[in-house]
Amino acid sequence: MESEKQVEQKIRRRQFLSFAAFAGLNGMAWSAWAIFRKLPADDHQLSAFTRGVLNVNEKLNNKLFSSTHLAPTYPTAMATKNPRANGTAGLNEGSFDVANWRLRVQSPHLAPNILEITIEDIKKLPKTEICFDFKCIEGWNEIVYYGGVKFSDFLNHYQLGTRQGKINSEHLKDWYNYISLVTPDGEYYVGLDMKSALHPQTILCYELNGAPLPLEHGAPLRLIIPVKYGVKNLKRIGMITFSDAQPKDYWHERGYVYDAAL
Amino acid sequence: MKYIKNKHPLAIRWFHWVNFPVLFVMIWSGLLIYWGNDVYRLGWGNTTLIQFFPTSFYDLFNLKARLAEGMSLHFLFAWIFIFNGIGYVLYTTFSGEWRFLLPNRKSFKEAWQVLLYDLRLSKVHPPEKKFNGAQQIAYTSVILMGAGSLLTGLAIYKPIQLSGLCALMGGYATARILHFVLTIGFVLFFFVHIVQVIKAGWNNFQAMVTGFEVQVKEDSPVEESIKP
Repeated sequence: MESEKQVEQKIRRRQFLSFAAFAGLNGMAWSAWAIFRKLPADDHQLSAFTRGVLNVNEKLNNKLFSSTHLAPTYPTAMATKNPRANGTAGLNEGSFDVANWRLRVQSPHLAPNILEITIEDIKKLPKTEICFDFKCIEGWNEIVYYGGVKFSDFLNHYQLGTRQGKINSEHLKDWYNYISLVTPDGEYYVGLDMKSALHPQTILCYELNGAPLPLEHGAPLRLIIPVKYGVKNLKRIGMITFSDAQPKDYWHERGYVYDAAL
Repeated sequence: MKYIKNKHPLAIRWFHWVNFPVLFVMIWSGLLIYWGNDVYRLGWGNTTLIQFFPTSFYDLFNLKARLAEGMSLHFLFAWIFIFNGIGYVLYTTFSGEWRFLLPNRKSFKEAWQVLLYDLRLSKVHPPEKKFNGAQQIAYTSVILMGAGSLLTGLAIYKPIQLSGLCALMGGYATARILHFVLTIGFVLFFFVHIVQVIKAGWNNFQAMVTGFEVQVKEDSPVEESIKP
């Protein structure tokens, strides 16, 4: 049996130990936070630790991905009349001449090394239209109506995107890992994983709301890739290349995740 | 004579105190993200009662132009928030603690009594027990809100790969609003919680650290002495 004094002592001892542990753990948590915030950033603005966790997220997203998961589509009447143009990176070249524009595609199997394609050539390919909910990484979204050529149709037509330079049943697993798209002035550039590029809703786009694409929206040809945030929907495509290594990506270099996947 | 009455199991204290800073980081990084498209307001037509948020608010807490940082923090700390929340639910389910926490038929009447008493509209003191009806409703609601934040969060994180969930949450734009409203709910919960903890006093607060409350019994010392 404990006396009153013993109980009081016991209470004080347990309170002291608990609060000491509590203070100690708080101190450790605070130190961990301070260290975390001071971790050196890599050349992509984030610490190796943060980037590592985000890469795990990307791997999980990749597992979720299926080319049968489609962005919901809407009647074209619901499309906004004046979609936001937002970013201007890569569009600043004042002397840009739409008439003399060529889409340049680089691939080791091409002879010569670079294929030059006119907008007329692209418009000859089967047309695909899509009216979907465009999502900006800033947090806004609006229903837009775009027209162009399915990216997979384009690759098939020109036999592009595989290591062997051929697309047939024997080469289904021969796709390069990544595609790089760069504006003509080289100022804006995105990298895409091949699965997303081959998604049936990914298009090389030359029409907005049934009319030719305006300059501020990336005329004459831009990318529309509904399975990714707007930042990947590069305007005014200059050059397309293929690679197995991850190509450089404008917003990835500025601290965002690489895949920007939705 | 004083005696020790155990109140909060160690696991619950861990979940509680881990969640506190983690939820703080989630809300703060969420604000860094929300700044990118800060369109919400309370009002009608051209009348705005509350703007989320005025420029002074962003300046005060230095929240501007940190979207990339906000996203990286949000999608890193979300893991701790999720695992801690799941751990709490599993623990309360299997330990039986849920019996004290889940509201029952009497909780709503009791919560009404607590409200009247706290607003000094009634002198009927609510029953003294581990958690009263108002607490049961509040602590269960905040867990449901956490689940809501996770689901609406996933819906706006992967609206296409998780399009079914996104549709269930009312679509992308609605899910984003719900995610925001739930966050405001957490902030309101936090302030009410702090006021109630201050009102309840030191013995109640220290129990969340030590696990026990100190109680006093006036009967003969033999009966209520505590076995070691």
